[in-house]
Amino acid sequence: MSYSDKVIDHYENPRNVGSFGKDDKSVGTGLVGAPACGDVMKLQIKVSPEGIIEDAKFKTFGCGSAIASSSLVTEWVKGKTLDEAAQIKNTDIAQELALPPVKIHCSVLAEDAIKAAVADYKKKTEPGDAAAE
Amino acid sequence: MTAVNSSKRPIYLDYQATTPCDPRVVDKMVPWFTEKFGNPHSRNHAFGWEAEEAVELAREQVGAIIGADAKEIIFTSGATESNNLAIKGVAHFYRGKKDHIVTVVTEHKCVLDTCRHLEQEGFSVTYLPVRPNGLIDLAELEAAVTDRTALVSVMAANNEIGVIQPLAEIGALCRRKGAFFHTDCAQAVGKMPLDVNAMNIDLMSISGHKIYGPKGIGALYVRRRPRVRLVPLINGGGQERGMRSGTLPTPLCIGIGEACAIAKAEMEAEAERLRSLRDRLLAGIQAKLPEVYVNGDMENRLPGNLNLSFAFVEGEGLMMGVKDLAVSSGSACTSASLEPSYVLRALGLEAEMAHTSLRFGLGRFTTEAEIDYAINHIVEAVNHLRSMSPLWEMHQDGVDIKSVQWAEH
Repeated sequence: MSYSDKVIDHYENPRNVGSFGKDDKSVGTGLVGAPACGDVMKLQIKVSPEGIIEDAKFKTFGCGSAIASSSLVTEWVKGKTLDEAAQIKNTDIAQELALPPVKIHCSVLAEDAIKAAVADYKKKTEPGDAAAE
Repeated sequence: MTAVNSSKRPIYLDYQATTPCDPRVVDKMVPWFTEKFGNPHSRNHAFGWEAEEAVELAREQVGAIIGADAKEIIFTSGATESNNLAIKGVAHFYRGKKDHIVTVVTEHKCVLDTCRHLEQEGFSVTYLPVRPNGLIDLAELEAAVTDRTALVSVMAANNEIGVIQPLAEIGALCRRKGAFFHTDCAQAVGKMPLDVNAMNIDLMSISGHKIYGPKGIGALYVRRRPRVRLVPLINGGGQERGMRSGTLPTPLCIGIGEACAIAKAEMEAEAERLRSLRDRLLAGIQAKLPEVYVNGDMENRLPGNLNLSFAFVEGEGLMMGVKDLAVSSGSACTSASLEPSYVLRALGLEAEMAHTSLRFGLGRFTTEAEIDYAINHIVEAVNHLRSMSPLWEMHQDGVDIKSVQWAEH
């Protein structure tokens, strides 16, 4: 299988690899996929008090397309509001990276990772949570 | 990642997929395309006679490497056809008296698919499991073979994990129980000593392109005493003792014959050299990387094969990282699918470990310098991928990956 130049670029120079502290109240963590399926993505977003995603980090176990999809979305979510980030569609990711049909599931997983990270952040900061900052 | 000279061809470490033709083989073949073009079946003139003589010499060379008589060698288009002919041919000939076949879950797809096809025709097939080291349990084979069993088909060496089944024991068991023993030796011929009589082998499939011969030719050994009979797949002029009609491709026959002659002469020294390179590769990787596991038995194994699981990195992603190496994740025939290797799953490997495996195939033209380069390249790629693997991070933090509730997709 041949990969697009953009996939190769993200694979060789992944953006924003790393982790934030999971217990940080300003961080939302999405962990999606399963080792048995050959894909696991962890996407973390760091959100400002105004609800803007200031920073994002990822770690991914998977093929080049999975790594590239998650690397790409860390760039895309930065500067967006939570709702804007949750609007990112897998089709946009697949188109940007020119993913072949057998790799569409990688873009789906990246979209799921954003939604999971946003949901995790919202859950952490729900009103009534005594531990909230 | 190190910048890679993209104009350079990768280092070939996929000798179980195919091998280059040895230049000595090509040299022998060339005249038979042009000036010596006769049909080996032409009995009326010198063109035919010289081609027939050359083809019969090639047949002797193929027979010699497995201890068989030249008359017992049938030329085919390759090991896939040989496997089809052996299994379907025997099943169809002895239909009525016997209707059962025994094979193994880790066989090559062309054996398994042939058996599935026969099941649709009404034959029953037993697919023996393998132990975690990839070898069959002889007691299970013993229990599976009945007086209805026409054929037992067990490969000599596995194409993915290189493990070698106990052929002599299987052959003795089949002879005692009155079932024919077929073995797919595509990966084994020329790599390890084989003797059809000592091992009681009745049918053996041989491939040209796995032994530095040309693609498009193979052979099937068919025992004459006691005689094994086959219904042919291809009907026609009755060539190859009626078992495989069609004009023989003289240059290809000469190619596989010469490939066998070279392999026979060099096998012992070459096996020793490959074993040492293979062990160097394994030791080099394991010295620098934790959590690397060998799949399949290390004792009963082709000298040029290594199949490793690199825990917490995904195989396809890893292949992209080791782009200076031509290696395989899963077998070449199944790597178009995203499913993990059925051979590795048959060993009892968890799907997540099967997803992290690479096969290294070393061969005649592999050098020590290439192995040393490969070690560094692999270590670098695995470290790079582990640094971005959430599973490696969890492992480092002491989280048991299996205890996590994953959403299977």
